Amino acid sequence: MSTAAHNASGAERLRANDPEHEAPVGGGLRKVGGVAGWVDDRTGAAKGVGYLMKKVFPDHWSFMLGEVAMYSMIICLVTGAFLTFWFVPSAGQVVYDGSYLPLKGVTMSEAYRSTLDISFDIRGGLIIRQIHHWAALLFIVAINVHMMRVFFTGAFRKPRELNWVLGAQLSMLALVEGFAGYSLPDDLLSGTGLRAAEGFMRSVPVVGSYLSYFVFNGPFPGESIIPRLYAVHVLLLPAILVGLFTAHIVLVAVQKHTQYPGPGRTNDNVVGFPVMPVYAAKAGGFFFIVFGVVALMSALVTINPIWAYGPYDPSPVTAGSQPDWYMGFADGALRLLPGFLEFTAFGFTFSFNVMIGAILLIPIMYGLITLYPFLEEWVTGDKREHHLLDRPRNNPTRTGIGMAGIASYCVLMFAAGNDIMAIKLHLSINDITNMLRLLFFVAPPVVFWVTKRICLSLQRRDRDLVLHGRETGRIVRTAEGRFYEQHEPLDPYTRWHLVQHEQHRPLELESGVDENGVAAPNARSQRLRAKLSRFYFNDRVEPVTPAELEAAHHDGHHVEAIEHQEPGGAPLVEVGSAPAGENPDTTEQRPGH
Amino acid sequence: MNALAARRRHPAAIALLILVGLLVTGAAYAALAPKPAQASTVSADQVQQGKKLFQANCSTCHGLQAEGSKDGPSLAGVGAASVDFQVGTGRMPMTRPDVQAPRKEKVVFSEEEIAAMGAYVASLAPGPAVPDQEFTDGSKGDPAKGGELFRVNCAMCHNASGAGGALTRGKYAPSLHNVSGKHIYEAMLTGPQSMPVFNDNNITPESKRDIVAFLHSVDKQQNVGGMALGRLGPVSEGLFIWVFGLGIMIGFAVWLGQKSA
Amino acid sequence: MNEHGTEHGGQVQPGTEGYGSSAVRLDQGHVQGTGGLPERFEDPGFPPHIHRAADLDEAAAKRAEKQVAALFGLSILGTLVFIVAYFAIPMDASAYIPGIGDANLSNVVLGVSLAFGLLGIGVGAVHWAKTLMPDEEVVEERHPLRSSDEARSGFVKTMMTGGTEAQLARRPLIKYSLGGALGLFALPVVLQVVGSLGPLPKDGLSKTMWKKGDRLVRDPEHTPIRATDVTIGSVFHVLPESIKDSTHVLEDKAKAAVLLMRLEPEAIKVAKERDWGHEGIVAYSKICTHVGCPVGLYEQQTHHLLCPCHQSTFDVTQDCKVIFGPAKRPLPQLKITVDAEGYLVADAPFREAVGPSFWERG
Repeated sequence: MSTAAHNASGAERLRANDPEHEAPVGGGLRKVGGVAGWVDDRTGAAKGVGYLMKKVFPDHWSFMLGEVAMYSMIICLVTGAFLTFWFVPSAGQVVYDGSYLPLKGVTMSEAYRSTLDISFDIRGGLIIRQIHHWAALLFIVAINVHMMRVFFTGAFRKPRELNWVLGAQLSMLALVEGFAGYSLPDDLLSGTGLRAAEGFMRSVPVVGSYLSYFVFNGPFPGESIIPRLYAVHVLLLPAILVGLFTAHIVLVAVQKHTQYPGPGRTNDNVVGFPVMPVYAAKAGGFFFIVFGVVALMSALVTINPIWAYGPYDPSPVTAGSQPDWYMGFADGALRLLPGFLEFTAFGFTFSFNVMIGAILLIPIMYGLITLYPFLEEWVTGDKREHHLLDRPRNNPTRTGIGMAGIASYCVLMFAAGNDIMAIKLHLSINDITNMLRLLFFVAPPVVFWVTKRICLSLQRRDRDLVLHGRETGRIVRTAEGRFYEQHEPLDPYTRWHLVQHEQHRPLELESGVDENGVAAPNARSQRLRAKLSRFYFNDRVEPVTPAELEAAHHDGHHVEAIEHQEPGGAPLVEVGSAPAGENPDTTEQRPGH
Repeated sequence: MNALAARRRHPAAIALLILVGLLVTGAAYAALAPKPAQASTVSADQVQQGKKLFQANCSTCHGLQAEGSKDGPSLAGVGAASVDFQVGTGRMPMTRPDVQAPRKEKVVFSEEEIAAMGAYVASLAPGPAVPDQEFTDGSKGDPAKGGELFRVNCAMCHNASGAGGALTRGKYAPSLHNVSGKHIYEAMLTGPQSMPVFNDNNITPESKRDIVAFLHSVDKQQNVGGMALGRLGPVSEGLFIWVFGLGIMIGFAVWLGQKSA
Repeated sequence: MNEHGTEHGGQVQPGTEGYGSSAVRLDQGHVQGTGGLPERFEDPGFPPHIHRAADLDEAAAKRAEKQVAALFGLSILGTLVFIVAYFAIPMDASAYIPGIGDANLSNVVLGVSLAFGLLGIGVGAVHWAKTLMPDEEVVEERHPLRSSDEARSGFVKTMMTGGTEAQLARRPLIKYSLGGALGLFALPVVLQVVGSLGPLPKDGLSKTMWKKGDRLVRDPEHTPIRATDVTIGSVFHVLPESIKDSTHVLEDKAKAAVLLMRLEPEAIKVAKERDWGHEGIVAYSKICTHVGCPVGLYEQQTHHLLCPCHQSTFDVTQDCKVIFGPAKRPLPQLKITVDAEGYLVADAPFREAVGPSFWERG
């Protein structure tokens, strides 16, 4: 580019009548450098990349959770590519003759032998394998936690419903990808997992045994499942994951990142740091941090010691046969489901004791997760774009629903570790199982209720803080001999955090009949909607308005005294609904916090 | 064991005299007959000493003549191997009745005292003797073959790496780490508590030695990849990644998002 | 924590005597529309910027610079250690690491040095960004995501015109035949994959290799078992003798694995179980009827069999009935007897399908 501008004087004369704007492009790029210029000459990328480099990202630790997932995925892709150089995806039987003595001379599959070789005979192989596996576990942990962050802050609301759906699919596929990888080494533990998976397939009505024979290419275990899972694990699912993930990220860039509410942060702006230079350094650096931490874990902590389990053989089994943690909830469901769910009718077997946990649970769970944004949008009737996040306490019902969901997930996940809990806590495995069966039904509603109450209390505390300010810890005695604690009003910036949000109100039930007295066709769904809306927003705490604050300031502490009549009079306020400690002018002395 | 106890209950006082008499012949026979699983010769003194120790320490549950009670099974026929295993691993005497006797680091009795009690119990009725050192020395066995046997016969309860596992109603298969070859052998031979018996016709003494060899090689190999997390498999790995993996990540993320001082 | 009525209504509740009717309840009541004041608080805008130490003090900035450089230096060091360790440390060297015990030295050193190489860069870059790069927040405006109305209608017009120009509406024959063709073209691809994945199960799930007269042999030694070998309280892991000649050992094993136990005959409560056994020796399929894990955990005192995968518990004294856990069906029993030489043999094949349930099992 720059050389062309220097020497082609003849050509320049020919271009004399060209539009003006071409010249500054050349001049500007000279400063950026030859290579960028060369690329831009051929792609015109400068404008787009320049725009991207100026893009602003808000700063918050919880926004990094998604990045942890992204980076662990990249680590998995890199280390996974390395592992393919040595791993042999074959169930062919060989006799081990490597350097791990306790297995010398044992017959095993090539897949297992090559995994042993990676662990013991290939220099640095073990560290790569451990990084791959730890990063995979971290990947799914990070996806889950990222998903929780998005859920509890309402980041899935319009216009991001689509990205939520993409994310939910990514999350579900990550489970399958993980399970496929876990099964590849063909050790006793993963083989037992495949054995159970074969049992799962059989439980599908009508086609179960066909499904099993098709997937395993004949009777279990067969020699096909390892190469097939390998293709799924290294090719099919990674391609889909990377594709969906790209779409996920592009949508984040197009829609711009959400931000937490705060002074100066509105629904119409993004406040944060530009990619160049701050986020390039922070996010780029964070990749190295994630990789570094995973490497450190892999150096110091064993993961999946396949050599300890031995080769797969359908006859032996090991105590503590569990899948990796992310499949724990499905495995736990299988442990909790009672046997009576299996029955025969019309000469056919219905194995609901297996099918509910193994086949239906994951699609149902992810289906509900996927649909949630649309449900909430319908209930609130809120079609506006939301770029400011909710503080979880400001939507107590949503937060409660989320926590209830997490509670049921946790019950199932803990159930998968019931045998480990039994030996480590010296409990009876039967008691643990029965207790978890009960908890599966009891815990979600209790957690919902407790969470919602905590959220409402926190909102009241926010109101209290705005109205009465911070407790200073200074006790003042009035001329009449009464004591009160001085409160310091909040500065407007701090206050804004607590008053900026809008509170939804329950929708009014629209009249079920139109003006002609004909029942509206959607009357039933409208009634349901109004009911749900009441469920969501009946209990709520409104943010403080200027008028309320003014009243509080104007009347000073006397206004609050209305809550208590003259000594001896019955209090007007029910104790439960007024947070204790609102009455600075009572004689009660409270230490400052 | 309770069924066993009920069947083999002896009228106590007379039986004792007869058994002491039998013991002398038994001891002499044991000394002469070269049984592979016989560790040492037994003297009448030893039996007497064992009886005293037994009555002082074990009779509360097992009865004065080892005939058993509701708190403990009869010990007739369990053999010296059982005594050596139960007392030698600190399981007996139990501090309190429980679903299962746990292994204790601190063994109350000396080798001689255990041998004496073993001799006394062996004198009650024939039972498996303490195994010969020839077959309890793991260094003479083949760990790979032992591993195969272990995975088929033992791993389902004790875990593939011998970490232990849960049984029903609070019972458990204990961890096999750092257990002596003699005690591993004796456990297979006698089937203590919930454990089934693996007699020498099921798993030959040579094969038992291979299993000992395997377990001892596992003890040495345990931390190839770093901290073993109790060798409990995916559960402890999952706990680790949630607590430490996620914890460290959030720590870094908070630091990253904070304004510098 | 009970709700108070005023919380829902947003009504101003007048105070009672002594404080005048203009006083309001502040703890709950939501005051609306009080004259003169805005309905809601207004965004105060950005708080005043607070400078960092490195912005105000060149010495602090220098310090930060040195810290960042030191971290990058640490990374270089880590990488160098990795390279040296890769060649210098033998694969099988083990070392005592405090808190871990004996670990593979190569793995530990390679991992830790790699971690330092990475963390040095990462922590250094972030520290650089936090201390020295601009920390004044930047505002980027958002614009509505939806396209303008013209663009939208333009799009619709383009599509409609395209459709019209292609005469899609005018030529229904093309429309419907194209629909049919597009609907069907994927079928051959799907058919090829699904059709060729595997054989049909036929009776594969219902049959095992056990047949009458097959000796019970030990797993994994494949030696036959005499009835007298099986003492009370014993458990043997058993395969059919014909497994030696099997061409699909794992597949056959996965169905034929059997557990052999000896109980006191009087402990057995079911007549059929006693009949199918031999003097208290009974043989049951080891494949769990839940999802197929080997049920090997036999408690010789309680006679319970426990599956380590999902804790289905079977009572051997009651013909392996399920007494706990998710399995429904009892483990199938293998009828056994002894042959002329005193070895245990199967007296009949399994009478039902072993392992997990399936639809046509019945």
